[in-house]
Amino acid sequence: MKDKLEALKEEALAAVQTASEPKQLQDVKVKYLGKKGPITEVLRGMGKLSAEERPVIGQLANDVREAIQSAITEKVEALEKKKIEERLASEAVDVTLPGRMVQQGNHHPLTAVIEEIEDLFIGMGFSIAEGPEVEKDYYNFEALNLPKDHPARDMQDSFYITEDILLRTHTSPVQARTMEKHHGQGPVKIICPGKVYRRDTDDATHSHQFMQIEGLYVDKNVRLSDLKGTLTVFAKKMFGEDRHIRLRPSFFPFTEPSVEMDISCFRCGGEGCSVCKGTGWIEILGSGMIHPNVLRMSGFDPEVYTGFAFGMGPERIAMLKYGIDDIRHFYTNDQRFLEQFKRA
Amino acid sequence: MNVSYNWLNEYVDLTGVTPQALAEKITKAGIEVEHVTFLGEGIRDVVVGYVESCDRHPNADKLNVCQVNIGAEENVQIICGAPNVAAGQKVVVAKVGAVLPGNFKIKKAKLRGEVSQGMICSLQELGIEDKFVPKEFAHGIYVLEEEAEVGADALPYLNLDDYVLELDILPNSAHCLNMIGVAYEVAAILDREIQLPTPEFVETAVDVTAKITVQVDAPEKVPFYGVRVIEGVKVGPSPQWLQNKLIAAGVRPISNIVDIANFVMLEYGQPLHTFDYDTFASDKVVVRHAENGEKLTTLDDAERTLTAEDLVITNGKAPVAVAGVMGGADSEVTDKTTTILLEAAIFDGASIRQTSSRLGLRTDASSRYEKGIDRNRVAGAADRAAELISELAGGQVLKGFTHVGEPEVPDRVITMPWQKINAVLGTTFSSDEILSVFRRLRFAAKVEGDGLQVAVPARRPDVTIPEDLVEEVGRTYGYDHVPATLPEGSGTTGILTDYQLKRRRVQRYMEGAGLYQAVTYSLTTEEKVKSVTTIDEASYQPIPLAMPMSEERSVLRLSLIPALLEITQYHLNRQMPDVKLFELGKGFYSKEERLTQLPEEREQLAVVLTGSWQSAGWHAQAEPIDFFVAKGILEGLFNTLDLTERISYQAAQREGLHPGRTANVLLDQEVIGFVGQLHPNLQSQLDLKETYVFELDIEQVLHAENETLRYIALPRYPAISRDIALVVDEQVASGELIKVIKENGAPLLKEVKLFDIYQGESLGAGKKSMAYALKYLDPDKTLTDKEVEKVHTKVLTALEAELGAVLRG
Repeated sequence: MKDKLEALKEEALAAVQTASEPKQLQDVKVKYLGKKGPITEVLRGMGKLSAEERPVIGQLANDVREAIQSAITEKVEALEKKKIEERLASEAVDVTLPGRMVQQGNHHPLTAVIEEIEDLFIGMGFSIAEGPEVEKDYYNFEALNLPKDHPARDMQDSFYITEDILLRTHTSPVQARTMEKHHGQGPVKIICPGKVYRRDTDDATHSHQFMQIEGLYVDKNVRLSDLKGTLTVFAKKMFGEDRHIRLRPSFFPFTEPSVEMDISCFRCGGEGCSVCKGTGWIEILGSGMIHPNVLRMSGFDPEVYTGFAFGMGPERIAMLKYGIDDIRHFYTNDQRFLEQFKRA
Repeated sequence: MNVSYNWLNEYVDLTGVTPQALAEKITKAGIEVEHVTFLGEGIRDVVVGYVESCDRHPNADKLNVCQVNIGAEENVQIICGAPNVAAGQKVVVAKVGAVLPGNFKIKKAKLRGEVSQGMICSLQELGIEDKFVPKEFAHGIYVLEEEAEVGADALPYLNLDDYVLELDILPNSAHCLNMIGVAYEVAAILDREIQLPTPEFVETAVDVTAKITVQVDAPEKVPFYGVRVIEGVKVGPSPQWLQNKLIAAGVRPISNIVDIANFVMLEYGQPLHTFDYDTFASDKVVVRHAENGEKLTTLDDAERTLTAEDLVITNGKAPVAVAGVMGGADSEVTDKTTTILLEAAIFDGASIRQTSSRLGLRTDASSRYEKGIDRNRVAGAADRAAELISELAGGQVLKGFTHVGEPEVPDRVITMPWQKINAVLGTTFSSDEILSVFRRLRFAAKVEGDGLQVAVPARRPDVTIPEDLVEEVGRTYGYDHVPATLPEGSGTTGILTDYQLKRRRVQRYMEGAGLYQAVTYSLTTEEKVKSVTTIDEASYQPIPLAMPMSEERSVLRLSLIPALLEITQYHLNRQMPDVKLFELGKGFYSKEERLTQLPEEREQLAVVLTGSWQSAGWHAQAEPIDFFVAKGILEGLFNTLDLTERISYQAAQREGLHPGRTANVLLDQEVIGFVGQLHPNLQSQLDLKETYVFELDIEQVLHAENETLRYIALPRYPAISRDIALVVDEQVASGELIKVIKENGAPLLKEVKLFDIYQGESLGAGKKSMAYALKYLDPDKTLTDKEVEKVHTKVLTALEAELGAVLRG
């Protein structure tokens, strides 16, 4: 009896081992463990055994039964696993093939520069003011302390439409318009980005149309040192933490005193190189303390209020920052050019 | 303004300050020195020579064989081709081994058989520009004065050992348009003494008024007019030193009289004019406004027609000069002139500017008057010229300077609290430090209590208000002394406006949709403006510039599309067939023929698309751009802005666009844009392939108010779907079907979506089948079939009744 059970076990386990389909395993299960199977038969014939033999054989029969059962279970799992593996293997792709990329466009480099500057000044409490590109002579010149016969008008020859209407030559008229709206009550803290136009022949460094960003801060007790501090923050953010700035006296009709801001060269750090033309400094923007006439004309009392203003050219900043050699690239809009500024 | 370092050194001792260091200091004080040029740049071994003999070359007609003493033991033989070379001249010799500008090396040579050991130089060969070379030496060698020492370095004789500082003069630094002004500036910067010229000359016993009197009929524009008369003048070339100074300053030497007038203008900043007294032909100068249409031929031989705005100098009968701009040809000083009428006057800058710009005649004199000159230097300048004319041209100066107006005006006194200087600059200067600045500037100044009083001399017309004094202190000390602080004032919140925020969102969306942002010019041609209609199709007048620089940039744009089409052409011409561009920019709208008020400016969003939307790859066919790509981008945009429900599209006919593939875009009921294919005629005219465009009045779109954003409860009950296929006439638009479905399906109908279009013989000619998926939902309960059936039937009935749509069997 014992030998028979052992033989049955060997036989059944061999059958499990050779099975390659779940169906075959089912057959093995029915054949050996089924109600009509040999083990059941052995158990059924237990009555004929002696009292000593009975528990021994019973135990053995159960062990055999369990061994076969677990072999089957194990084999089923193995088969299933193998099947899944085969399927996954057949589903494999060449992961080096290109993906279905979502085509992205990108912003113009001037937008990148302008938004960066906007965000920087928004962080310092400035709002963004905009105004018309076709402007009255009054706002473009007169309200900025440039009366009709002022020699400084030559500095920016303009596109007139009529005697009193022209394409603005700078974004400063937005300052005058915004101050007017404040009816002499500060603070006014704005930056004004936008397009401006001058009678220049387009070449590598001139464009009859270009961008400008002006900044204006009018309040009680605004000092030139505040301008210097504000511009230092700007220079470090735009051109790197190591930048120094210097202010040089200059002239603009709408500011007094007027200063030009240079930054230490970001290429050579001040040693002198081709970017800074050997001087170690790069001219970035014009600025100054708002002329009392400008304050007065826009309704502010210069005895009570002072303010600073600055103006810069996003093209120049982009050209310096990215090493662009020709201003016309900005207006040619070659997609191969535009594409380069996706992370700008 | 070109400032000669050597010349400046005559007024301010520049010992220890190199030209480069001086340039740096002047720049830091506010007047940018653009270049520092060494006049002898690239010249080596050039000496003074004496031409002992000069004989015709035996084998060449135009060459001379010269024996030249250059201070060496033996004379050198030099072959010289200059027509003006002659024995007895002191000349400039480039020895063998010398180098001239342009790295031109002098070697021993043989010319037609004769040895030449060096070169006798012209000024041009020494690097002096043609336009500064005196006419008599224009086509030959330069001849030095007899005093020149043979064998000595020639450069000092020609002032080629000098440096020139080129100052960029802005309107507030006009006081540096003359050497005395620069000397004051430099004396202040260096804190050194200043030596000014003190003219000395002998006057004759005859009073000038015996020869001339002055009458000014326009005193408001001519605050001062004075003349001197100098007799017995001999016109000829100027001495070397004078020529050198003029050349260094960038002025061509002409003759002693003209050169002296120019020299004094450069030195004093006071324009002078010299008339030939005899051809002036009158004993009276009358300064008045011109008569309209009055004519005068100026020194440049151009006939000028004047207006009543212009000031003229007359001899009592006819104009002889345009005041402050240019003299007349008739009374010009010539070789024959013996008596000089010397004018020194002050004219109103604005008036001069007007005249000179109207005549298109910019002169050294006019630009100085425009920018403002020292009101107190007029008599001194006349004296200085008289001194030089008597010295260099042998003239006798008649007694007196007859004039109308005050030759000097008092200083301008400015008072202010001295602490204001620190308040504006953010500095902590003491009152003594502030006073020391004004001492250096040579402004009389004092502090009394809180007050500062400064007397500004007339030579500084740019200093008129307290803020100007603040600047003088700031720039003289240098802005390095100003600390960097952050504003202490009231806090403000920096924030984008709703519009600015949405505009940025539009931009990000367009970029994400695969388009490149372009920035184009606002100025274009009238033809291009008219090639595409405006969104609202109103009859706007293209706005022209009064004086365009070119036809290409002569009117303001209405639409951005023409410029984007130009960029498209650019790409196609360079084998880049796929162009996907957008631009956000302004159009300019006016209905006025001639603007009397500002035009309306509205921001537009324009798109141009051509080529493939999706390029061919291993997993996909190339997908050409079509109408629905363009429209899809638009739909995505409106979806981003949550305006989808308020937008509709209507077939439209528009200038420049395909009549069957164009739609107006409506927000609520108003046309706010269009989308379509470019008209094939325009496409081929511009050499473009199939091109799609759209343009939106983005201002209107972004100003469309959305309802306050509120959460809507998620549906708790299932929706019921019904698919229908409708057979309709070909002409029936999907939009019409959807409109009927929506109107009749409300409020249970939640969604309707077109999923198939079919056309085939089985439907019959002129028919099509449109299949829609409808979704019904009641947020409050589970819908029954019966309820859905009721509304669905209503939808189908209406479709049949209104559009003849029948369910496809």
